[in-house]
Amino acid sequence: MNFITFCDLRLLNLLEYPSDFANLKIDRMASKKNNPKEVTENDSNSRRDFIKKSGLFTALAFTPPSLVMASENKWDEKIAEYLETVPLSIEVNGKKHNLNIEPRTTLLDLLREQLQLTGTKKGCDHGQCGACTVHVNGTRILSCLTLASMQQNAEVTTIEGLAKGKKLHPMQEAFIKHDGFQCGYCTPGQIMSGIACIKEGHANSREEIREYMSGNICRCGAYHNIVDAITEVKEGGKEL
Amino acid sequence: MKNFQIIRALSSRTAVTNISKENEAMFIAGGTNLVDLMKKNVVAPDKLIDINGLDLKEIEFVKGKVSIGALAKNSQVAEDVAIKEKHPLLSLALAAGASQQIRHMATVGGNMLQKTRCSYYYNTDMPCNKRTPKSGCGAIGGSNRMHAIFGASDSCIAVHPSDMCIALAALDAQVLVEGPKGKRQIKFTDFHRLPGNTPEKDNTLEAKELITSVEIPDHNFTKNVHYLKVRDRTSYAFALVSVAAALDLKNNVINDVRLAMGGVAHKPWRLTEAEEFLKGKTVSEEVFRQAGDLAMKGARTYGGNDFKITLGANTITEALTIAASK
Ligand SMILES: Cc1cc2nc3c(=O)[nH]c(=O)nc-3n(C[C@H](O)[C@H](O)[C@H](O)COP(=O)(O)OP(=O)(O)OC[C@H]3O[C@@H](n4cnc5c(N)ncnc54)[C@H](O)[C@@H]3O)c2cc1C
Ligand code: SF4
Ligand code: FES
Ligand code: FES
Repeated sequence: MNFITFCDLRLLNLLEYPSDFANLKIDRMASKKNNPKEVTENDSNSRRDFIKKSGLFTALAFTPPSLVMASENKWDEKIAEYLETVPLSIEVNGKKHNLNIEPRTTLLDLLREQLQLTGTKKGCDHGQCGACTVHVNGTRILSCLTLASMQQNAEVTTIEGLAKGKKLHPMQEAFIKHDGFQCGYCTPGQIMSGIACIKEGHANSREEIREYMSGNICRCGAYHNIVDAITEVKEGGKEL
Repeated sequence: MKNFQIIRALSSRTAVTNISKENEAMFIAGGTNLVDLMKKNVVAPDKLIDINGLDLKEIEFVKGKVSIGALAKNSQVAEDVAIKEKHPLLSLALAAGASQQIRHMATVGGNMLQKTRCSYYYNTDMPCNKRTPKSGCGAIGGSNRMHAIFGASDSCIAVHPSDMCIALAALDAQVLVEGPKGKRQIKFTDFHRLPGNTPEKDNTLEAKELITSVEIPDHNFTKNVHYLKVRDRTSYAFALVSVAAALDLKNNVINDVRLAMGGVAHKPWRLTEAEEFLKGKTVSEEVFRQAGDLAMKGARTYGGNDFKITLGANTITEALTIAASK
């Protein structure tokens, strides 16, 4: 097989039996009706772990009849659930996370809703404002247009990852000094973008800064002061 | 957004064979257009084939041409030192598109396949023949300030939104693709199509075909070139009109010229008649103005975009003037 999935590779084998899979789903719904009480959180985790560790999927894939047995033991529920999510290893601000996520989760929603890192803001959710700017593997990108499931093993830095203990990042200091914000909603995105703008070598004049910061909209119109802050950090020549 | 499966492809061939097995599967590269459309439910694939693991990111200069991988990022191409030197028009056009964050994500292949920005296309409550064939066109008789003045039809008056593609059309690029039936090459100017009765088809790429690279043949347009983009704000907005102008000058005489326009048609619009007119002429503002007026011949407007005829002619004149002065 020349493909890998974000799911366990072995799941693909299972997918080669679409009709079995469909039955499995129906079984699952039926069993839900009969047993309104869902398996408990602990139950479900331990079962999923067991499934992952035991190599059960391989067995299921090659001997479809055993699915019936699986269904009787309510493993079917867990299998279906497991197929709807994908495992993701991701490092955020230096901390490693091993998660199971829906493929459709954006990086922005992962950060805000699942990792409780709400510093990164959702402005438009459609790539038009820059409020969600974060660094992925050192490059500034828009987390609202990035599927988290495509960021396997990525290193993400958000606004929460800039300060060293109580010491703010030079760009954070400069934004405060120059009043680079009013309501503050665009600010995390502006700061992440501003740091990248200097690192990329696009902060050599006010015009160049304005052009390369144009992906970050500020409704309060703090642009002038934002350019002042970035210029000062650039001229300070500190390692960012 | 409805949920879907996601799979990471490891080679072009397996990407193509695997997508061929699925009806509702789509490739995903940078995701900057596709994720947006999926959030709005304009497209709703069951399965995504993530092609970012494919070995298609290189920019390679070989004899007589440069080959740019379909997964090269827009910022990577725009800022490549050799591209800036040998194909400055391409670099300028790329730098004029979107924002730096988006250019870091967007790929060359994805850029070519980005959908129109017609607001009716994005709004599933509105009629749109491109999104839902035979539902009607909201823009004809509606809000059409951004829309086409050349080559439109009674079915669709949308424009192709890319900046990069305007430069690639001017530079006689070729598109290399790989599909279930094998590999083939398409002239860039034949890649995108006019809407006719089938506006749901943006281009001549066949179902399940993967763009693998774009090639630009060597040329002499390395100095007197300009990409002029007119938009509602100075940056981070789509073009109302744009002009890619490239001049090869010998003692102020136009030895060769390329001209293409964006924001005016369903595909990058090459201005071949104006090019022919300019060849052999001595550089002057008068000659550039005549070329601009000539290029606007045959334009048809729809109410909201009447201004594009004057704006178009002026933008051509200005782009040529700036290019000649470099
Ligand atoms: C706010 C905003 C402003 C923008 N402004 C501009 C602008 O001013 N100028 C401009 O030119 N663009 C602009 N863009 C558009 C941007 O350039 C495109 O979204 C981007 O180039 C698409 O590339 P991608 O790799 O992200 O494509 P994706 O979103 O991943 O894919 C787009 C389409 O291409 C298909 N696809 C991708 N790669 C391949 C391949 N190799 N083979 C076959 N099919 C493939 C996908 O299936 C999908 O249908 C803007 C976008 C946003 C969000
Ligand atoms: S112009 Fe084309 S894309 Fe826009 S509404 Fe009409 S059919 Fe749809
Ligand atoms: S929230 Fe991502 S660009 Fe606006
Ligand atoms: S500070 Fe309010 S949006 Fe920028």
